[in-house]
Amino acid sequence: MNLDLILGILQIVLIATTPLVFAGIGELVTEKSGVLNLGVEGMMLVGAVSAFIILVITGSYFLAFFVSILSGIIMSGLFAFLVLFLMSNQIATGLALTIFGIGLSSMLGKQYIGTPIDGLSPWFFVIFSFLIVFLVSYFFYKTKAGLILRAVGESHNSAHALGYSVIKIRFLSILFGGSMCALAGSYISICYAPMWQEGMTAGRGWIALALVVFATWKPERVLIGAYIFGGVTILQMNLQALGLRFPGQFFSMAPYVATIIVLVLISSNKLRIKLSAPASLTIPFYKGR
Amino acid sequence: MNSLFPSIVSRSQSSGLMNFFVPIISIVLTLITGSIIFILLGFDPVYALYTFFISPISSTYGISELFVKATPLALIAIGLSYCFKNNIYNIGAEGQLTMGAIFGGGIGILFHDTNAFWLLPLMIFAGAIGGALWGLIPAILKTKFNTNEILTSLMLVYVALFILDYLVVGPWKDPFGYSFPKSRPFSESGRMPLLFDGLRVHFGLIITLFLIFVSWFIFSKTIFGFQLKVSGYSPKAARYAGFNQTTLVFFAFAICGAFAGIAGLAEVSGPIGLLYRDISPNYGFTAIIVAFLGRLHPIGIIFASLVIALTYLGAEDAQLFLQIPSAVGFIFQGLVLFYLLGAELLINYKLTYKKLL
Repeated sequence: MNLDLILGILQIVLIATTPLVFAGIGELVTEKSGVLNLGVEGMMLVGAVSAFIILVITGSYFLAFFVSILSGIIMSGLFAFLVLFLMSNQIATGLALTIFGIGLSSMLGKQYIGTPIDGLSPWFFVIFSFLIVFLVSYFFYKTKAGLILRAVGESHNSAHALGYSVIKIRFLSILFGGSMCALAGSYISICYAPMWQEGMTAGRGWIALALVVFATWKPERVLIGAYIFGGVTILQMNLQALGLRFPGQFFSMAPYVATIIVLVLISSNKLRIKLSAPASLTIPFYKGR
Repeated sequence: MNSLFPSIVSRSQSSGLMNFFVPIISIVLTLITGSIIFILLGFDPVYALYTFFISPISSTYGISELFVKATPLALIAIGLSYCFKNNIYNIGAEGQLTMGAIFGGGIGILFHDTNAFWLLPLMIFAGAIGGALWGLIPAILKTKFNTNEILTSLMLVYVALFILDYLVVGPWKDPFGYSFPKSRPFSESGRMPLLFDGLRVHFGLIITLFLIFVSWFIFSKTIFGFQLKVSGYSPKAARYAGFNQTTLVFFAFAICGAFAGIAGLAEVSGPIGLLYRDISPNYGFTAIIVAFLGRLHPIGIIFASLVIALTYLGAEDAQLFLQIPSAVGFIFQGLVLFYLLGAELLINYKLTYKKLL
């Protein structure tokens, strides 16, 4: 194999995997605070379409990403309001967010299908994706605020008893998750594609959810997992391009199967699941009077 | 003097009255929000809402279509209520539906040139088995390995979808299909009989109504239904009473999977007639909304399935007459679930105004 080919493939893998890293690390922070948000796909789509529309209208990349992240904050804020203040079921609320996001993005983006734009170079975001993972990791394990966030995710009652505002910390974690998902979406519509198409995130939101579990809720492993999942996808495309008659569907389902296997491995041991998954995940917090 | 904002106080008993009103409140709020969205988009809201919710069902054909869409939704939702009543979060009905379609449809493809009375019953049976087996995977993983069923059932949806995709572009591809990703059509006796000439509403509706009736009987008249409910309300009480949680989880997943599987088979042997990639417009996920909107009650689920089916039909009409993408139906589905979940607070909590002075 020649070096150019390997470098070329490596480049494609880096570019294709970056949105998974963004969405995965955002969802990881949300889940670490004890909230499962299944709305990743919906937030990514709304993020993607809003960035695209703003770019077409204003021509400013900065405004496009700014508004996109704002849309992620609004979408996740809606989710946060429901699950934190109205104590709604997190699973159903997250699904509602995805369903709503699919509908909203298609409606907003209808007249922008096929509109040409000048794509932005992805490399800044590729580097930023690595940086953000290490920042989150540093935040979790080296700062007091990170420790508090993790404590809220493990036992909200204890954190509350120690005087920390569970609701505020979860609210901020959900908003961070939402803005990262929107960033992932806008990266896809402005750098990766670059275009707008209905449902263009193509299930990456669900892979990001799988990724967090696959990574056993550890930031660095999100990066590793994302590159395994992303690498498998690119490998499949290249094998098919080489004319290898192998059903690509088995590659495509690999992330989901791998996640189930990891989940079985960590869950079968009581101690290991305690060390991995946030103990309060999906449990609503009711302060009482 | 009272405080400006109400504070949330837990009710000692959930409110039955609110249980009845919350779905209605959320539908009304959805319609109001929908009209605001239509106004923002520059449509006349009355005309838009008429196009969305009245015109699709103003003909016999339209009403038949409403039942065609409501059939899988109601069947899956009643299956989901076995799980949700027991606080088991099976969100993988879409995968169980797909597996049912693969198993049942596989029989249909195998006997594509056979015309016999036993073919359809065999396909329905195979569909139920396929769905139940797919549903049992998260059940086994939950009971044996303590895995979270939310995540496993969700992941299995995508595995099932890729298996279907593999089959219809690979081994099960129609040899006379000009390499389109679809299977051979089933034989005439492998199709759901139509209930009326010229309308698409099919025998799956009768199966659905029958299974809803059976489920009503199980929920309200049998010990199994009682055990499901008790262990949902209070797992501790159920454990003291000696109910076997493992058995309950198995049964809930198997029944839900089987119902979703039958729904999937009814789709492919009803309106579709063969296997291809997009057999379900998210019925398995949308049925979760139906189950919540119907408050896990058989009668409620029937009404809820009709309401949600209308969002599918309305979206098609909106695309035709208002030139807005049919995905707008998802906005309404999402909104109704948002309002429902938000308003659910009123069932288990009450809002009171604390006295400040």
